Amino acid sequence: MPEITGYAFPNDIHVHWSLMIVMYPYITGFVAGAFIVTSLYHLFDRQEFKPVARLAMATSFCFLGVATFPLLMHLGHPERGVNVVVTPNFSSAMAGFGLLYSSYLLLLVLEIWFVHRQQIIETARRSRGLKRFAYKALALFTYDTSPEALAIDHRAIKVLAGLGLPGACLLHGYVGFIFGAIKANPWWSTPLMPVIFLVSAGVSGIALLILLYQVTSKFSGQKPEAATVSALARWLWFFLIIAVTLELLEIVVLAYEKSEAWAIIGPLLATRLEFSFISVQMIMGSLIPFILLMIVTLMNRFLHDRVRNTLSIVAALLLLMQVFSMRWNVVIGGQLLSKSFRGLRSGYSPDLWGREGLIAAIGLVVLPFVLLWIFDRVLPIKYSSEGHGGSGAASSPEASGAMAEGHS
Amino acid sequence: MDSDQKLKEILDRREFLGQALLLTGGAVAFLLPHGAEAAELDVEKEGYDWSAHRYAYLIDPSLCIGCGSCVRACKRENNVPDGFFRTWVERYVVGGESSHVDSPNGGLDGFPPLSVGFNATKSFFVPKMCNHCASSPCMQVCPVGASFRTKEGMVLVDEKRCIGCGYCVQACPYGSRFLNEETKCADKCTWCYHRVTKGMKPACVEVCPRGVRQFGDLKREDDPVRKAIETRFVSVLQPHLLTEPQCYYLNLDREVR
Repeated sequence: MPEITGYAFPNDIHVHWSLMIVMYPYITGFVAGAFIVTSLYHLFDRQEFKPVARLAMATSFCFLGVATFPLLMHLGHPERGVNVVVTPNFSSAMAGFGLLYSSYLLLLVLEIWFVHRQQIIETARRSRGLKRFAYKALALFTYDTSPEALAIDHRAIKVLAGLGLPGACLLHGYVGFIFGAIKANPWWSTPLMPVIFLVSAGVSGIALLILLYQVTSKFSGQKPEAATVSALARWLWFFLIIAVTLELLEIVVLAYEKSEAWAIIGPLLATRLEFSFISVQMIMGSLIPFILLMIVTLMNRFLHDRVRNTLSIVAALLLLMQVFSMRWNVVIGGQLLSKSFRGLRSGYSPDLWGREGLIAAIGLVVLPFVLLWIFDRVLPIKYSSEGHGGSGAASSPEASGAMAEGHS
Repeated sequence: MDSDQKLKEILDRREFLGQALLLTGGAVAFLLPHGAEAAELDVEKEGYDWSAHRYAYLIDPSLCIGCGSCVRACKRENNVPDGFFRTWVERYVVGGESSHVDSPNGGLDGFPPLSVGFNATKSFFVPKMCNHCASSPCMQVCPVGASFRTKEGMVLVDEKRCIGCGYCVQACPYGSRFLNEETKCADKCTWCYHRVTKGMKPACVEVCPRGVRQFGDLKREDDPVRKAIETRFVSVLQPHLLTEPQCYYLNLDREVR
């Protein structure tokens, strides 16, 4: 039984939304964040993001693939989970899930297909037997790689990226809305919530790509490009500043207005969330990476590649933790306070085993990387960037298959 | 003797035919679509017209002695699992400079004596339960429509439809809902719908020794609850949230949230 300070409504002492509901926004955050990175190249033509554009798209896809798992693990009746899609009650924000999820999935699959189409065709041409048939099917049985067809691909990618960016924002902003539109809970109820979720998704997505890019470069024996790392670090810094500003703004307004809710949120922050909010999220997770990324951004010219890489990796790791603690503080923090506004329950720690336990959560984090590895086997991610000879044109000749094979 | 035997056989045959007919009818009824309409028919079969009622609940905390009979009656009547409450009673001890609120085990076992570290000037008990809000956040946020309102104004949970996401539990500002660990569904006070449709009062109203809890029908002109709501000073819990609670309180202190 949890310990209660003050008075909590007797039904209010349970944390019904447990670790899995922390995992859900964390995972969809990577979907949206990675998509923002891929859009910087595919939509806004930022050439410095070309080396990570495909990696980012694949990452977004792989995380999207597991996004429903934490929800299903959490539901009391997962066998009825499909009802949210089949018989939605549209007065509920949650009912929008099926529509948002499936349309975003469709968009992402289409974009991946257009981006990888030429590569699929070349692989089909090079292969034999079953593999040839599989790739032929993946190419939808058309081998058209004429300049006109590639130009169409390019346009399609632009349009899809243009739709995908607001799509990713909606998918994740919606998660924030689920919390932000609960008027019963003062720790959640703010229109800033969807924006905070979205911007922190950007933080987690870019941080993950800084890591993934450098790790995959290391494995393939290449040096990560300095321009890419510093651009990622710059954007990460920018997103971090906005995220923390909004996170603090929400609290400062409550405190300054001396709102009714502050009477309980003040003690919540000062006691129950002292470690996870103040120490982890704000100091270790925000202040330190802020300084590190400031160094990378403002002193970029003077930094040795190795220093820049190390600084950005440390900042990225800290920020991955920051975003997780932000999800934790929102989801769990909101359930530590009673709606009586008079009491707080003692902290919540998840079980080790079980559907909603720690092991399951770790599995959920590992799974997208396994999917990413499989993705890379099927559609090698480095394929195009190796062919990128600095020309930057989307229709530049792609790398030879041998190079791609050599990488994997 | 022989004719007796024959008569019995005929009777048996008649019985058999009757039973066969019943069985066929049962099968047809079984195959009919279930859901709200079927429930309506069931209710009407018992001579109960659910569109002829509009229920409301009236609580006068100034009368409550904190005996906890209502909480016990509710638990027995509805098999409420331990540690969860469809109704509970709160104790308020209020002084000029401070106040104390508690509800040990929801008031299930009554209230032990209490000493507070301030000069208490008033003390009272407040029974709480689902407010069956007319504009209920729980119903709004249910992604599958498992939380619904009956024609009489009760907010209920369809346990065959609930996916156990817990969104309604989060959305209820009164802490009236919980996830039932047995059914894995959202659970809450039903105003004893199963009793009310049979012409009885909710269990908590039935057992209250002081008449703190009253259950009434706003569609009946001579209803005492309706009269009280219409003519006396009543308030609802957390009115600023505009959930339109259908539990009305007489003489509610400002400390109560």
